[in-house]
Amino acid sequence: MRLTRRLDFCASHRLERSDWDPGRNRAAFGPEAGTGEFGHNYRLEVTVEGVPDSETGMVIDLKRLKRVLVEEIEDRFDHRNLNDDTPFFRDRAPTPEQFALVIFELLERALPDGLLQQVRLSPAEDGFVDVIRGAR
Amino acid sequence: MSSARPTLRITRRYRFSAGHVLRREAWSEERNRAVYGRCANPNGHGHGYGLEVTLRGEPDPETGQLLPPARLDRVVEDRVLRVLDHRLLNRDVAAFEKQVPTAENIARFVWRALAGRLAPAALDRIRLVETDNNSVEYRGELEED
Repeated sequence: MRLTRRLDFCASHRLERSDWDPGRNRAAFGPEAGTGEFGHNYRLEVTVEGVPDSETGMVIDLKRLKRVLVEEIEDRFDHRNLNDDTPFFRDRAPTPEQFALVIFELLERALPDGLLQQVRLSPAEDGFVDVIRGAR
Repeated sequence: MSSARPTLRITRRYRFSAGHVLRREAWSEERNRAVYGRCANPNGHGHGYGLEVTLRGEPDPETGQLLPPARLDRVVEDRVLRVLDHRLLNRDVAAFEKQVPTAENIARFVWRALAGRLAPAALDRIRLVETDNNSVEYRGELEED
């Protein structure tokens, strides 16, 4: 059985690598690269999968899942600049793909073994990124 | 941490408007009405379609992207939106001269228009939203490679 919990948060970023010059950043990320911060209202949907406990009837205690999402994601990223205020994007640009991979790794470490199934990150209405357990 | 690397997918959403008629000329009026209902009205009707295109693959080691979004947008614009947007599908699109432009067949059309053109990413899924009540998903399972 799958259970999904949503978390909305806001963060800003520059779509650039700090170890590249402006020309190379523009070539890779388009004309907006390196022109400064821009922000997103991110929507994160975290899906866990497992068998409900025979006594509690729950795949995971929702309070625990909520606490993990607050501590691992909201406290780290909400109202932060992804490039400057977090250590994850020194050697890679905070593209939706890379941000979703970072979130998957943080949650995978914080949740009970094997429970995390999927992370869906929507930076805007025009699309989303999925990171899914296992190879497809 | 699990040792197997997770799968990465990216989805972008597009919109287009098109008209269609669901009827087969070889069939009687009665049979068309029985199979397609109101959608068989010969004067056609239209939808504001939503299209989701999902890619799967490995991020480029330098840019961190599966595919530059602008490149996906350009391929979808050239191969799909320019062909379908504001057309009467039965009359204006060659693929629907013989195929009834159901949501299923439009999704297959989009799959065929995009598959193999988005390297190094792979086309993973097409989702076509015909109305708030109806959508289809297609992952290429009916294509012969």
